[in-house]
Amino acid sequence: MNTLAAIRPDSWNFPLLLHILGAAVLVGAVLTAVVTTLTAERTAQPDVMRRIAFRSLWMVGVPAYVVMRIGAEWIYSKEFGDAEDDPAWIGIGYMTADIGLLIFLIALGLAGFAARRKSAGLGKASGYLGVLLLIAFVVVIWAMGAKPD
Amino acid sequence: MELNDWILALHLLAAFALIAAEVAFSIMIAALWRSDSPSRVASTMLLARVGAILVGVGMAGTIVFGIWLAISLDAYQLWDGWVIAALVLWAIGGFVGQQSGQGYQAGGELAEKLAAEGTTSSPELAEIFGTSRAFWFHIATGVVVVLILVDMIWKPGA
Repeated sequence: MNTLAAIRPDSWNFPLLLHILGAAVLVGAVLTAVVTTLTAERTAQPDVMRRIAFRSLWMVGVPAYVVMRIGAEWIYSKEFGDAEDDPAWIGIGYMTADIGLLIFLIALGLAGFAARRKSAGLGKASGYLGVLLLIAFVVVIWAMGAKPD
Repeated sequence: MELNDWILALHLLAAFALIAAEVAFSIMIAALWRSDSPSRVASTMLLARVGAILVGVGMAGTIVFGIWLAISLDAYQLWDGWVIAALVLWAIGGFVGQQSGQGYQAGGELAEKLAAEGTTSSPELAEIFGTSRAFWFHIATGVVVVLILVDMIWKPGA
């Protein structure tokens, strides 16, 4: 695998950069939303914290997901375009991206309602979904690095 | 799976922790842009603490597992140009990140003190959370992080 990385064609590098950068920014956006929603009630300005959480997911997380996904499809087409069977780590990546998108959108919606209605419960629900996403992200980052067969 | 596959995965996780922390700090800075409210600034300090922990984990993990891989894998050597560039960038990133962190930490501590005293507005805070020295160091940290990522992917000279 690492020998493969060393001889990776140059044309794969930019899509890979987009994919990794998008994914890392997405992790940062979800992390921010998790911390701000789950700690909102412990601060003097819980409404501000819930707004930060929503904007983090909406203004940073959504564009980051799009960039991550475009980079993923781009490099997949170059690396596995003609392959019949995908390795396991590709399957883990796609599954996390697809199911993760659904969870992300629910968390985004809950964060939006929480910010608008000043609801601690909705905010926390969004935060717990974010925790679930972060756990999935750790698994998928491990899979992208270790590339299990 | 071999041990080096696990080490690469841990190296990657550490790098993600570092970039995620950088993103969290950026969101915090944007949310507090020119804010003069001690209470508002103090409310985000828990996020800053989580970010600081992730920076520590990320800095340690990237360097330890990165050097391990450079020594362990036949394809790479510690004295390869791109590895040396990564080490230099890592050190520069650590320095500028620390400078930025110290500036914002001072702002956070000031905000907590003022909030506890009941102060509702502070021009000094608005200055720190605007285009301050800490802000420019934060921008520099972001640039260095992207450069490290580019260096890791392109591996010039490998």
